[in-house]
Amino acid sequence: MKIVVCVKAIPDPEIAASIFRVDEAAKRMVPLPGTRSVMSPFDEQALELALRIRDALGEGSITLLTLGAETTRSIVKHGLSLGADDALMLVDPVFDDGDSYTTARALAAAIQRMGGVDLILTGRQAADGDCGVVGCGIAELLGLPAVTFAMDIVVTDGMLVIERALGEGSEIIEAPMPAVVTVSHEVGKVRYASLRETMKAARKPVTAWSAEQLGLDASELGTRGARRVLERLYVPVNDVQCEYMVGETPEELAGNLVERLHAARLI
Amino acid sequence: MKNASNLFVVAEVVDGHPVGLCHEMLGLARALADRSGGTVHAGVLGSGLGGAGEDLIAHGADTVRVIDAPIFAQYQADAWLPDLHAMIGQVRPDAVMIGHTPLGADLAPRLAFRLGTNVATGCNHVRVEGGKLLLTRPCYGGKAEEVVSMLSSPALFTVKPKCFQPCPKQDNRGGELVRMDSILDPASVRTKVREVRRDASDGARLESARIVVAGGGGMKGVRGFELAGRLADALGGAVGASRVACDLGWCPPSRQVGLSGKTVAPELYIAIGISGAAQHVAGCANAKTIVAINTDPDAPIFRYSKYGIVGDCHQLMPALIDKIEALRK
Ligand SMILES: Cc1cc2nc3c(=O)[nH]c(=O)nc-3n(C[C@H](O)[C@H](O)[C@H](O)COP(=O)(O)OP(=O)(O)OC[C@H]3O[C@@H](n4cnc5c(N)ncnc54)[C@H](O)[C@@H]3O)c2cc1C
Ligand SMILES: Cc1cc2nc3c(=O)[nH]c(=O)nc-3n(C[C@H](O)[C@H](O)[C@H](O)COP(=O)(O)OP(=O)(O)OC[C@H]3O[C@@H](n4cnc5c(N)ncnc54)[C@H](O)[C@@H]3O)c2cc1C
Repeated sequence: MKIVVCVKAIPDPEIAASIFRVDEAAKRMVPLPGTRSVMSPFDEQALELALRIRDALGEGSITLLTLGAETTRSIVKHGLSLGADDALMLVDPVFDDGDSYTTARALAAAIQRMGGVDLILTGRQAADGDCGVVGCGIAELLGLPAVTFAMDIVVTDGMLVIERALGEGSEIIEAPMPAVVTVSHEVGKVRYASLRETMKAARKPVTAWSAEQLGLDASELGTRGARRVLERLYVPVNDVQCEYMVGETPEELAGNLVERLHAARLI
Repeated sequence: MKNASNLFVVAEVVDGHPVGLCHEMLGLARALADRSGGTVHAGVLGSGLGGAGEDLIAHGADTVRVIDAPIFAQYQADAWLPDLHAMIGQVRPDAVMIGHTPLGADLAPRLAFRLGTNVATGCNHVRVEGGKLLLTRPCYGGKAEEVVSMLSSPALFTVKPKCFQPCPKQDNRGGELVRMDSILDPASVRTKVREVRRDASDGARLESARIVVAGGGGMKGVRGFELAGRLADALGGAVGASRVACDLGWCPPSRQVGLSGKTVAPELYIAIGISGAAQHVAGCANAKTIVAINTDPDAPIFRYSKYGIVGDCHQLMPALIDKIEALRK
């Protein structure tokens, strides 16, 4: 079974809001000094599901696929040390400043060119743009079925049995292969890189393709192909003033809060 | 896209009734269309739809296309796409809006790509300026917001819950109801829903509750959530949670509030032992009043809160329950 996991390099999504800055003129986030890109957490969970499938089947290959600048190499290394077999990087200045559409276009073209792929996994959304578009986009472009928000995947008799997280529980969905599945955090804990895999990772093949090698025209990609125009990027203002309750004991503090809430007719 | 005069709202129906977010979307669509003399169209697929079409008209739709067929009993993108694609082909809207729910988040990108266009997901503000449809959406886990526009038409966007005012219901409102037959070839549906597992806990109430008591890592375990549950009961509210608390199994996942959980907008949101990470606040920022209880005076949650207590929630929760019960007497 051949699995492709799409992974995106993003700024650490857990950095505190208090130190997060954007450059409004350039419409970009200001990178924090000394921080590195990380693999988007949902993509790490997608890779975890791929590894579980391979463990369960006792066979199969896992290819990491990423579109981005040379800085994405660190997340490729990370993915390989978690157990992926090889990686394909789409690196070309013409990919720059694209949108979800052009990104899906390039990833879909790469998957088609690779050939023989049974399962394509993506995160439910990239944790920087929070769009949640690329996975389903790849499915449409390749004419494949898609199942979103997977928390578990079992492969039986050449079929995918997917547990999909819903707001009020989950549903079990059957899908044929090849298919696209987007993965949610309900997957649970992801594994750590083992020493053995990390040692092996350095020797695993990493290929890079340009737009030309994908057979795509520059006019379909990056800024030129994008359908979305970024008009503004800003940090929303938040002007709430907190009134801290005073009191010596929990009873006194609680009493003061209840009094405030009652006076404000909130309770 | 030059204008937003013709809008198409994809309605989501549960048990024969349009979900609340449909009414919020119709409120937004109505406001946009009225400004430009445009039309609000809606489309709904389902099985046993009852008066869903009439309800959408009463809430602001001008025309509603309805397909009621057993194959639509359970949502699947493969089943929904051909008919919606056809409806949009008939209506030729300038923009298509879909609720940002598990259904909408699954459907919208597929529909967008099928139409050769793109989608802005989770929009919390929409306006037309200089003939351009401007879509505002949170990004970077809620730490930033972006305003985007689309070069391709129709512009698709999904609408974040609790961000737009619904139109008041008008039972005598005029509108056209078009009942249609499905063009779907059942053989083209490649996926199959084998089973639906409903969470035993009543998580749905969370989204409509007037008061939410939410617990996080500071709850320290199931015991903490028992206290939070008692506090919620005393207040007539519902229990919510941070992702940390859900991931640790202290609370069912249907209680998770935030970017990858539910969006709530109660009158009162009491965040207990929750640090206030952007991804959590993304799901509760529209609460009228936030109260924080946290041992750490510098916890980010206080920056969103009107009232705060710095202290140990395990001592404060019983005290709060006592005071509230005393108030009720
Ligand atoms: C803050 C911000 C906001 C943005 N807003 C928009 C917007 O509203 N509309 C828009 O069209 N574009 C937007 N973009 C541009 C978009 O992020 C990029 O084009 C990106 O490559 C596609 O990512 P996504 O965020 O749309 O991914 P999503 O659709 O959220 O990603 C889903 C999954 O697709 C896979 N994936 C996504 N990107 C890559 C990649 N580069 N390499 C490998 N796998 C990938 C991952 O598995 C990911 O989990 C935004 C970018 C940023 C940084
Ligand atoms: C892509 C992405 C999506 C995410 N989606 C969500 C989401 O939907 N919802 C969500 O909640 N999170 C989400 N997160 C996680 C989020 O970033 C935070 O990690 C999470 O919200 C932290 O939860 P917490 O504040 O309960 O826990 P912690 O960070 O562990 O904080 C616990 C807090 O409790 C306080 N505390 C400790 N003991 C006590 C005590 N005795 N009394 C009172 N206070 C005490 C501490 O001071 C601290 O502030 C997401 C993260 C990512 C990267």
